[in-house]
Amino acid sequence: MPPASGFSRYRSQFGHFLTPASSMPPETTNASADLSGASAPQVRLPGTVVAAALNFRGVLARLGDATNHDPYKKPPVAPVLYLKPPNTWIGPGDAIPCPQGIRELRMGGTLGVVIGRTACRVRERDALSHVGGYRIVNDVCIPHESYFRPAIRERCRDGFTPMGPAILDPEILPDPDRAGIRVRVNGEMQCSNTTANLVRGVARLIADISEFMTLQAGDVLLVGEPENAPLACPGDRVVVEIDGLGWIENRVVAKAAS
Amino acid sequence: MKRARVAHAGGVYEAVEAGGKVKLIDGRLLGEEDVVWLPPVTPGKIFALGLNYADHAKELSFQAPKEPLVFLKASNTLLGHRGQTRRPADATYMHYECELAVVIGRTAKNVAREAAYDYVGGYTVANDYAIRDYLENYYRPNLRVKSRDGCTPIGPWVVDVADVPDPMNLHLRTTVNGRVTQEGSTKDMIFSVPMLVEYLSGIMTLEPGDLILTGTPEGLADVKPGDEVVTEVEGVGRLVNTIAGDAEFGL
Repeated sequence: MPPASGFSRYRSQFGHFLTPASSMPPETTNASADLSGASAPQVRLPGTVVAAALNFRGVLARLGDATNHDPYKKPPVAPVLYLKPPNTWIGPGDAIPCPQGIRELRMGGTLGVVIGRTACRVRERDALSHVGGYRIVNDVCIPHESYFRPAIRERCRDGFTPMGPAILDPEILPDPDRAGIRVRVNGEMQCSNTTANLVRGVARLIADISEFMTLQAGDVLLVGEPENAPLACPGDRVVVEIDGLGWIENRVVAKAAS
Repeated sequence: MKRARVAHAGGVYEAVEAGGKVKLIDGRLLGEEDVVWLPPVTPGKIFALGLNYADHAKELSFQAPKEPLVFLKASNTLLGHRGQTRRPADATYMHYECELAVVIGRTAKNVAREAAYDYVGGYTVANDYAIRDYLENYYRPNLRVKSRDGCTPIGPWVVDVADVPDPMNLHLRTTVNGRVTQEGSTKDMIFSVPMLVEYLSGIMTLEPGDLILTGTPEGLADVKPGDEVVTEVEGVGRLVNTIAGDAEFGL
């Protein structure tokens, strides 16, 4: 099975800038010619993909009173964040490798907010002016329940972050806190949620994160994995769809022995 | 060979060490204070280890972990030699962490510990600052503690792997305003460099330039604006950093 990993692979696949693609399958989009629009911001490749955990109310509610007990001791104050490094980045149509010994993976269909200009300690009311666009993301992980220690082993495997093209038009989602997200496995709808259920909306997240971590153009912020994220096994086809953005499809494939 | 990235007179350059001086790739020979030191690598991934020295784990009243406690940092947090790191005014405890940092030299996947050094390109020094006030028990140590802008000085140089014959027997030392506050040896690591390369490359593909900050021994202390913090790893480098207050950052 081909490994889906690495920066150079990502560059070859995403080495062009993209504009709205909602009407066509993302993998056929090659819109370098569409960049002539004077308003298209110059967005570089993602440097950082940062994700918020426990940011859907349903996910936090499921943890419930456990946030008051060991090991958490009290509910989270700041956004709960983790990174999805370059080895996890793949494109639409690429295989999601299921590691050996793992039976199923969790499919966290989510909205990726693409930063359009540098955000350093921005206020919530100004935050959306730093958004350059959006992309559909499947934030894949090995199913796990604990949020205590960084979940590198569960979340940072090669090919665990399929991303659609960056659609560099913030107007495509006039209200990013009201976008429907759906995940289908083998054609069957298994998760339907909306960013209206975020604990912290997009502007608030950008403000809270940029308070200590400067976000650069091209960086991507994943708004969170909804509750009831479906599981998928090798062979399954997974589609993540977001209102106004379109959809991406990937297949889970058993990783060959090395 | 020792390699750096520096800015000088309007340009950014690769440089090497030559007789105690900084030699730019275009031949100019400069003093340490004539250049602006940038992080010597631009990694795709920055790993850091928590509690990787038995004495430090004890200091923080933790049991030594059975599996490496690994977390990731983003590139916003890197800062070069002689840089300035902000201590927020509301922080009551901000401490340095002197660490040996491993720079991956070639793509590594499922590497056995016996072969691990073949995948190491070199070493540098890191100071993995933490602001303990912001610790929360969610993905601990959380990004707000460990991945802050400019909170991870590294450098000055990357020293080639061939020039560090025994990375598991190096003296580490931190001084604050010239006073020694932290001392240890890499031989006291719980998970050695080869074990970490094996562990991480078994989870994910490592790429050239990726960094592994291998953890810190005991001897942490609070640092305040104006303090000069020097973290030093024997045979690898001496990394200088100054703590700055909010006022210098317009706050």
